Amino acid sequence: MSTTDERTSSTGPAFADRADERLVEDSSPGALLRGFLRRMRSGDLGMVPVIVGLVVIWAVFYAQNPRFLSSRNLVELSLDSATIGMISVGIVLVLLLGEIDLSVGSVSGLGGSILAVLLVYQGWPLLTAILAALACGIAIGVLYGLLYTRFGVPSFVITLAGLLALLGVQLAVLGSNGTVNLPGDSWIIKFANFWFLPDWASYALAVAAGAIYFAGRVVTIRRRRSLNLSAPSILSVAVRAGLLVVGLVAMAYYLNIDRGIGYMPLLWVLVIVLMDQLLRRTTWGRHVYAVGGNEEAARRAGIAVDRVYLSVFALASMFAALGGVLAAGRLQSVAQSSGGTDTNLMAIAAAVIGGVSLFGGRGSAFAALLGMLVLQSITSGLNLIGVAAEIRYIVTGAVLLLAVTIDSLSRRARKSSGRF
Amino acid sequence: MTTSAPVLSLSGIGKRFGAVQALSDVSLEVRPGEVVALVGDNGAGKSTLVKIMSGVYTPDEGQIVFDGRPVTIDGPKQAKELGIATVFQDLALADNLDVVANLYLGQEHTAGGLLDEVEMEASSWQLLRQLSAKIPSVRIPIASLSGGQRQTVAIARSLVGAPKVIMLDEPTAALGVAQTAEVLNLVERLRENGLGVVLISHNMADVQAVADRIYVLRLGRNAAEFAIDDVTTEELVAAITGASDNVVAQRAAGKGTRA
Ligand SMILES: Nc1ncnc2c1ncn2[C@@H]1O[C@H](COP(=O)(O)OP(=O)(O)OP(=O)(O)O)[C@@H](O)[C@H]1O
Ligand SMILES: [Mg+2]
Repeated sequence: MSTTDERTSSTGPAFADRADERLVEDSSPGALLRGFLRRMRSGDLGMVPVIVGLVVIWAVFYAQNPRFLSSRNLVELSLDSATIGMISVGIVLVLLLGEIDLSVGSVSGLGGSILAVLLVYQGWPLLTAILAALACGIAIGVLYGLLYTRFGVPSFVITLAGLLALLGVQLAVLGSNGTVNLPGDSWIIKFANFWFLPDWASYALAVAAGAIYFAGRVVTIRRRRSLNLSAPSILSVAVRAGLLVVGLVAMAYYLNIDRGIGYMPLLWVLVIVLMDQLLRRTTWGRHVYAVGGNEEAARRAGIAVDRVYLSVFALASMFAALGGVLAAGRLQSVAQSSGGTDTNLMAIAAAVIGGVSLFGGRGSAFAALLGMLVLQSITSGLNLIGVAAEIRYIVTGAVLLLAVTIDSLSRRARKSSGRF
Repeated sequence: MTTSAPVLSLSGIGKRFGAVQALSDVSLEVRPGEVVALVGDNGAGKSTLVKIMSGVYTPDEGQIVFDGRPVTIDGPKQAKELGIATVFQDLALADNLDVVANLYLGQEHTAGGLLDEVEMEASSWQLLRQLSAKIPSVRIPIASLSGGQRQTVAIARSLVGAPKVIMLDEPTAALGVAQTAEVLNLVERLRENGLGVVLISHNMADVQAVADRIYVLRLGRNAAEFAIDDVTTEELVAAITGASDNVVAQRAAGKGTRA
């Protein structure tokens, strides 16, 4: 009792958010580590499992075959990840609402087919054809959203129906030929395969990212200080920004040994950064998390819940169509099998492995990035050491199961430690 | 206190659900800086009356006067805009969001199109300090708060937008002794800040601890109205149940207790 009194009296003029005497103010490394472990135990895992998983996977494959971490293989990895990874961005959004979209594979196949048919058979300009494919994706998502909000059909069922129906539409669009080759000189092929950032541009981008981060943090710190809230020191932010730049430059340097940073993976990462900002820093993003966490609370708070659902389903289908367009460019053709086989499951698995909760309300846009890298690393590594496809499916399935188990366990841990 | 004009007054309120006349000719007044308790047995019509005041139901008959003007309340949003806030029994908080996000949910402050987190955090502290609320940090998820702290956040949230009347539907029903005391302190703090408070509770001890006046509803009608100083628990129970020789009163008399 007396120790508490001493502590409060000795703190002097406290910040508004540091006034409660129960707040343990200890920023030594040991205390930070203990706080981190406490968060882990209480089920607040975030992206830690996927980062650990990625490191382990890379270490294992590197031990098997050092070529796995060669610049060439990593560049290839980035190119292979971006197509389905783009689809996965939309899955993250849908999962944040606690819903699911099982039809993203079909939508991506349809998006690619629309692009190919409009471009090759109808002679449309490439950009217009791409926009048409994206618009079609948006229309599908809006339809899902209307079915969900108007009639209350579970998204699982709506999108399962979509999976089948849109596969049919894709076959109809492609016609009897089945396969459409894109013209070899169209820029979407170059964009998805051959266009890479010049070395200087990749370094400039790395420095710019650090500078933007630093500037943004400094503005926030100034505002916090002016409103008498505690804020980290400028120095600590400068150190973080420095580390970010060093990390990005090192990555760019390593990738530049081979071809470098491709335009398509760059677009993928930029989209993820943009979605992350939208989710964390806009009213819309806040409402997405609120609806995913407690829909009734969101409704009573005056949030237009239906519009949140509509926007998310529309975005998810749009990202699926975009993924299909990129895949068409990467493979230089569209076939009846485009968007089929494991596209769906890989896109969904990536988001879940990246740490987005299936129960809604928890997760980050970066889950699409990390989860997809995990899946693609497994594929690439197993290919490299000459393991057959059947093993790959089994391993991927096991990793997905592991991720979902971690999600369920952490949810249980959160529940039991929820009220301390 | 009793001399100031009522901020919200209802008169002759009637509400019918099909064959059930849930409320008939009910009147109620709340003045600024006054805690009015609304008690009554299950099904007496308390929640229905609160829902009429918070815009969830529209009354079939009767008048609502807010701040001296006759008004019609067409929805929860309009009630909030008028200055009537409601804390529902299930609180309706989003567990996955932190305290700041919950306080400003649906009424976020923005600057240049982006959430103004710093400003919202600063005003959160202001709001919570005004309630002398015991929340260690506003950046922890609601899920990690105790029941009383959650109730505090729900009450604080209803205060965003500076309402004049706040209605609490059974705010202590699920709380332990210490947390109940915390919430009752909070209710007194609201009164000190000049708000009109309507408190629904089945707990006579709570009601007698904080209320200035007590309205008793029975079978959808005003059964009695008491000033807190001249009512005993027995009288209150008799008014609620509608008989002086009921089981509850007999038990109380037999044991000679006066809670
Ligand atoms: N939406 C509705 N439809 C039909 N009848 C209703 C509806 N809402 C309330 N009633 C009826 O109106 C009467 C009053 O109900 P109300 O919920 O207001 O009681 P209460 O005093 O809040 O009871 P409790 O203490 O159990 O919460 C009850 O007979 C109930 O059945
Ligand atoms: Mg009730």
